Amino acid sequence: MTAGHPFPDPESLAADVTAGRRAALASALNLLDDRRPEARRCASILLARLQGSATGMENSRLIGITGPPGAGKSSLTAALMRVWRQRGLSVGVLAVDPSSPISGGALLGDRLRMKTSHDDDGVFVRSLACRGEFGGLSAEVWPMSQVMLAAFDITLIETVGVGQREVDVSGMCDTTCFVAQPGSGDSIQFLKAGILEVPHVLVVNKEDMGAVARRTLSELSAALGREHGEGGWEVPVLSVSATVGTGIEVLADVLEAHHQHLLAMDMLRERRRGYQAAWIVKRLRGEFGSHGLEQLGGEQVLLRELAVEPTSLYEQYEVLRSRLLSK
Amino acid sequence: MSDTSVQRDRPWLMRTYSGHSSAKASNELYRTNLRKGQTGLSVAFDLPTQTGYDSDHPLARGEVGKVGVPVDHIGDMEALFEQIPLGQMNTSMTINATAPWLLALYVAAAERQGVDPSQLQGTTQNDVLKEYLSRGTYIFPPEPSVRLTTDLIAYTVQNIPKWNPTNICSYHLQEAGATPTQELAYALSSAIAILDAVRDSGQIPEERFPAVVGRISFFVNAGIRFVEETCKLRAFGRMWDELVQERYGVEEPKLRRFRYGVQVNSLGLTESQPENNVQRIVLEMLAVTLSKNARARAIQLPAWNEALGLPRPWDQQWALRMQQVLALETDLLEYGDLLDGSPVVEAKVQELITGAREEMQRVAEQGGMVHAIESGHVKRELVQSHTRRMRAIESGDLEIVGVNCFQETAESPLTSGTDSGIMKVDPRAEQEQITALQAFRAVRDQEQVELALAALRSAATGDGNIMPPSIQCAHAGVTTGEWSEVLRDVFGEYRAPTGIDIATGDRPSEALQQLREQVRTTGEELGRPLRLLIGKPGLDGHSNGAEQIAVKGRDAGFEIVYEGIRLTPAQIARAAQEEGVHLIGLSVLSGSHMELVADIQLELANIGAGDVPVVIGGIIPEDDERQLREQGVQAVFTPKDHDMNAIMANILDVIRHSNGLEARD
Ligand code: B12
Ligand SMILES: Nc1nc2c(ncn2[C@@H]2O[C@H](COP(=O)(O)OP(=O)(O)OP(=O)(O)O)[C@@H](O)[C@H]2O)c(=O)[nH]1
Ligand SMILES: [Mg+2]
Repeated sequence: MTAGHPFPDPESLAADVTAGRRAALASALNLLDDRRPEARRCASILLARLQGSATGMENSRLIGITGPPGAGKSSLTAALMRVWRQRGLSVGVLAVDPSSPISGGALLGDRLRMKTSHDDDGVFVRSLACRGEFGGLSAEVWPMSQVMLAAFDITLIETVGVGQREVDVSGMCDTTCFVAQPGSGDSIQFLKAGILEVPHVLVVNKEDMGAVARRTLSELSAALGREHGEGGWEVPVLSVSATVGTGIEVLADVLEAHHQHLLAMDMLRERRRGYQAAWIVKRLRGEFGSHGLEQLGGEQVLLRELAVEPTSLYEQYEVLRSRLLSK
Repeated sequence: MSDTSVQRDRPWLMRTYSGHSSAKASNELYRTNLRKGQTGLSVAFDLPTQTGYDSDHPLARGEVGKVGVPVDHIGDMEALFEQIPLGQMNTSMTINATAPWLLALYVAAAERQGVDPSQLQGTTQNDVLKEYLSRGTYIFPPEPSVRLTTDLIAYTVQNIPKWNPTNICSYHLQEAGATPTQELAYALSSAIAILDAVRDSGQIPEERFPAVVGRISFFVNAGIRFVEETCKLRAFGRMWDELVQERYGVEEPKLRRFRYGVQVNSLGLTESQPENNVQRIVLEMLAVTLSKNARARAIQLPAWNEALGLPRPWDQQWALRMQQVLALETDLLEYGDLLDGSPVVEAKVQELITGAREEMQRVAEQGGMVHAIESGHVKRELVQSHTRRMRAIESGDLEIVGVNCFQETAESPLTSGTDSGIMKVDPRAEQEQITALQAFRAVRDQEQVELALAALRSAATGDGNIMPPSIQCAHAGVTTGEWSEVLRDVFGEYRAPTGIDIATGDRPSEALQQLREQVRTTGEELGRPLRLLIGKPGLDGHSNGAEQIAVKGRDAGFEIVYEGIRLTPAQIARAAQEEGVHLIGLSVLSGSHMELVADIQLELANIGAGDVPVVIGGIIPEDDERQLREQGVQAVFTPKDHDMNAIMANILDVIRHSNGLEARD
């Protein structure tokens, strides 16, 4: 017998998740968190079913919010949630916080800022600890985002706020939004030096702080120049205040515009195929190093191969793992 | 008999912080206390009144009349002071977020007694900044809160000149773990924030400003290290004198005097061998009376059974008698200052001043106290200090008699009585209050109510002083909930930083290391890292225990979800499900655990999460503990359980047990 509760039947779980049943959502997320082999098998089936039955891409958005610690990522998420709910859109949030490298424990504090109403079924927040992963996310984020995508109109991922280089999220989201802290020159320096990957949307939060926020806004705009992302997307630089609530509607509009842009340019399908590949490659690199990736033909080849026809996440991963282990 | 020819100083004001059940019951208690020689009143309000909810609001369930008196409207305020002539009384009200409202009710009640409000004497605590840091009964964000504080100050300075409009509190900071230096630094930084706001509000003509400064008083703590505490009070006096002269140009010495009231330390009062608390309280009282030049103006003492539950009238009488013995029987009041000129004292005072100045500087660099609170800096510092204290108790470096040394004890006759040695509030009080409130609402003039609320809203959205429309509301029969609702609507609500994101780093004890290993392996057995939700349901603001448990849980390797104070049972149940936690740990010290636990269990069952195990900690009397366990609560912790590693191990066992794993070895 396995400890804890018996594993749920992945088929009916998938159906319940898609129907937005909260208890099912919770147990699906728990299942994806579970590292035991039997759980992994169930999870594989669950993910395959969810990806198969995924609601049309038009109606599901996967947004990443990143930025330095305390820039207001969680507050902004909360503010956006209010706007989205008013617009009738449901929201699932995955919020990642740092883990203590020593104890392995974590304080998951993002949720505090997102105080949600207790009877709104259109909102669901799951906090995660980064559990020693670099890059601002934890390994579970990508699979979990698939569950959220199946159940909500908008899935939002908040990264750990540990630095300026939390780029992992951009490889796993449709739209990446970077939140800058007024008065901190770091973001600007990193942008200029090309260290900070250019996000799809740049936001200076805390405009209620006045002059210092305005200065950061103009410096960021200048550093960015007229940056163009894929498909000619012009990166907007916005000024908002998460706590006062100014500029949030515009931000929501811009995020939606980027979604529409991806659809119009027919880029969304391809992007999304890449996320799973990125997840697998990252896991493999973590376990076997770049040497291991070379043995499989190199990172680029692998990413391309994997993106062609993504099948089951854990299966693909396990196949590659055993290929390497048998070498 | 003392020699009557000797000149004696007048004793300080002697108060007992009290109130419970209903205005009528509290009125009886006050009149009894006054007969016993108490010289002022100190009103404890219940949590719904303090957080701006009517007694029949869902969030008030289980809290009405429990830790204080419910005041829903003018009728309650009148009943509270029936046959107590307000023109001659000195009344202290521990009220903060809703301070303008309770003062408005007090003024209106006085007017109905035929007393001119300008005659009123007393204090509104009215210091919301420390609510964010410790006390927890804030409602609005800091900025509008400071504005309300400012309005009340400006109003009383002009209209009720003998009123103490605000009592800047360091008391509660020490109760949340602050060191003497932190108490000094944060109280004085708060005073700066408030005085700056009053000055900048333009409500007071410049030449009247020194009078405002002269009305600012403090509410201070005194812990068991009574020598250092005396020095702290001398440091307070000196720093205040300097500060108001330099920053606000107050020249008149009388207006620069550091006036303060005290409640002595309660955090250090123990559940084990509670009779020892009497010694502690008396020694702490010495700290604030010994030095004539730094003596308290008013003192209220906790009772010996502080850590057990609410005090009964006899317990409070005992506390009052401690003061009377010191003031009347000893020769303390016959002398000038005993400590002036002592180089030892002087050196300690200087040390405290230096440390406090450094911390004040850090606060100033962050843009002042309000910003340092919003950023979480101050709260983190407090949690850090409290964590150090808890760790010292755990390791035995800090010895607490009866707790971590000399635990052996004979059976105490004090706690073996039929009422378990504490006050039990009549559970019918809540329903009676609700019935009376609804009857009151039914007969009032609704039109007057609407008019008054509109006036209130207009003052709140504009920059009119909030007091006049509040007094209008009081006379019109507006309720506490209605007054607050208008302001909630205009100002919004706030959640303060929890301060638990601190580093605790250095050298984990053997016990902790072992615990980590067991937490990790249990997580592996269950497939994923162990997650706990620490929940504070209801209106209870006692966050110390939850914070310490959260920090310890993180250090033991758990992933912790903690959203701060004042959540509804439904919010807690939902969060537990969304977060997929292995266990819910509740912390309740306000006495409403029975109602809240039942509600949470019901909510959990409703959403299909009834299998998540629940444990609870806080002030839980033994009888209730038994009943909670029967209701399915897996473990109950109280202040006796000071070894937090043991608590964590116990939690781990509960998780293992409820998941069908065998016990740890
Ligand atoms: C400190 C304190 C305060 C501080 C709180 C600061 C803060 N931010 O926490 C201040 C001064 C602000 C305060 C205010 C009030 N207080 Co007070 N306070 C206390 C005091 C002295 C100590 C509590 C404490 O912090 N202990 C230290 C912590 C670490 O211990 P603990 O919480 O008990 O936690 C331990 C265990 O119980 C357990 N535990 C606790 N929670 C959890 C949770 C989990 C999951 C687990 C596993 C374990 C666990 O583990 C901990 C480690 O040992 C107690 C009396 C006492 N000595 O216990 C009164 C006491 C709790 N307060 C009381 C009252 C009435 C109030 C007020 C409501 C008064 C009023 N009318 O306004 C106010 C309002 C507060 C509010 N908003 O709710 C009463 C409650 C009466 C009752 N239950 O019947 C008490 C018992 C005093 C009394 N005898 O009257 N208070
Ligand atoms: N003045 C102002 N403060 C803000 C604003 N948004 C957030 N804050 C404050 O900034 C602090 C951090 O906010 P969070 O939302 O927790 O920031 P975060 O980026 O999620 O932080 P981490 O997850 O810890 O990295 C809090 O004290 C917020 O109240 C804003 O628009 N204006
Ligand atoms: Mg955050």
